[in-house]
Amino acid sequence: MAQFFSDVAAIIADYHGYLLKGVGYTMLISLVGTVAGLVIGLLTGVIRTAPESRNGFLRGLHRAVKGIIAAYVEVFRGTPMMVQAMVIYWGYAFASGGATLPLIPSGMFIVSINTGAYMAEIVRGGIISIDRGQTEGALSIGMSHPQTMLHVIIPQVMRNILPSVSNEFVINIKDTSVLNVIGVTELYYFAGIIKRQNFQSFQTYLVVCVIYFILTFTVTRLLRLAEKKLSGSENYVICGSQSDPEAEIRVPQEERHG
Amino acid sequence: MDDFVIELRHLKKKFGENTVLSDINFGVKKGEVVSIIGSSGSGKSTMLRCINLLETPTDGKILFHGTDISSKSFNIRRYRAKVGMVFQSFNLFDNMTALGNCTAGQMKVLGKTRADAEKTALEYLSKVGMEQFINARPRQLSGGQKQRVAIARTLSMGPEVILFDEPTSALDPEMVGEVLNVMRRLAGAGFTMLVVTHEMAFAREVSDRVIFMDAGVIAEQGSPEQIFGAPEQQRTREFLSRYLGS
Ligand SMILES: Nc1ncnc2c1ncn2[C@@H]1O[C@H](COP(=O)(O)OP(=O)(O)O)[C@@H](O)[C@H]1O
Ligand SMILES: [Mg+2]
Repeated sequence: MAQFFSDVAAIIADYHGYLLKGVGYTMLISLVGTVAGLVIGLLTGVIRTAPESRNGFLRGLHRAVKGIIAAYVEVFRGTPMMVQAMVIYWGYAFASGGATLPLIPSGMFIVSINTGAYMAEIVRGGIISIDRGQTEGALSIGMSHPQTMLHVIIPQVMRNILPSVSNEFVINIKDTSVLNVIGVTELYYFAGIIKRQNFQSFQTYLVVCVIYFILTFTVTRLLRLAEKKLSGSENYVICGSQSDPEAEIRVPQEERHG
Repeated sequence: MDDFVIELRHLKKKFGENTVLSDINFGVKKGEVVSIIGSSGSGKSTMLRCINLLETPTDGKILFHGTDISSKSFNIRRYRAKVGMVFQSFNLFDNMTALGNCTAGQMKVLGKTRADAEKTALEYLSKVGMEQFINARPRQLSGGQKQRVAIARTLSMGPEVILFDEPTSALDPEMVGEVLNVMRRLAGAGFTMLVVTHEMAFAREVSDRVIFMDAGVIAEQGSPEQIFGAPEQQRTREFLSRYLGS
């Protein structure tokens, strides 16, 4: 038992440089992937819920784009990220005649489009859950569809989907570990390097396991705090005094149309 | 030629094979208050929704100061700002305060500065008696208060015509009065209004003209005295006796 603890202490003392670097890349790739995935989700959500144009060409284009989005979502949700990483990384090498992509950006790209496929569904559900009346209210005062989305619908969707977004972030922290298959230097990759140097597989992976847990646990707590903050105060401040409710209402000065 | 603000000519609307509006013809003059009555499902909401293009008419024309609103060069967003709509279910923006609800459209659609928009918004929120609640969110307000904010939101856009689709139907009885009061004052101030309502006493009191719709057509129209006092059509009489209980 004493031996075990001294092994663990030695791993931390000797390899904290590797471990910290691994943690850094794991967090960076997960964070970028989650944010970029959310942006993909929001964009696809706005496109998928946009009303069809009266212009035939635009309507056709819109439908084609919606078809592509649907296929993207199905493919990326229906295949393992580890395999996606291999296909994209080696696919590029194949197509370019041997050149390879830089590793960290590749990792970010893969996590982003994978997360985007999940976010697309999360955002779409979020948009659909906002009652249609608010969209009509916005249209009825002359707002465009993008304005309605940006100023009215998306802010509410963001609040509602925040728990799912946090969840995706936590999943990404764990799942970036699969990127070691293409050699991305995230936390799990360093675990392999350390193990090959100290020949202590169990101790090494246990340390890494605890680090992953600390990361996900901390992130979960922090995001829950953020959710609380965002849901806002239940109270409002009454302003000033009641003015004369019978005061005259005037028709705005005439401004002829056209 | 009559100087109509809005005129419907042979307006038709089908949902699939279901014809909801058959052949609607009428015009609204500046300053006129027109009430639209009729049983549920007769097409009243659909007609209002066609007027501000929340629904696309299947056939026929809608003219705004004589201009066909379906023509290519017509600016639909400007038009919608000029034709306000007050909904049965309020349709306020839940993520904004009462003030925000009244400034968003002015800033995004009319391009006003925030200061300018807030000044106008405050003016109308006071006119509807909601200036104490400018920082409240819709979920913190009662139905009557929400509807008054919704009316202020519409007024803030400087509309030439306001469409009301059963503005008091979703309200508890004790809140109906506060909303009707605001509408009464708008009518008195000379606003051009098209009001779908089941409040017959209100329609009789404020309207210049009453339209009775039945099964997608205008079955009868006339002055409130004529429609409520001496309706010509059998179906108008039947409808009114159900509502007035006589
Ligand atoms: N979006 C829609 N799709 C299909 N049918 C509709 C739609 N909106 C309304 N209708 C139908 O049109 C008819 C008239 O509805 P509506 O205009 O709401 O009547 P009213 O407002 O007079 O009660 C109803 O039979 C209704 O079912
Ligand atoms: Mg209706």
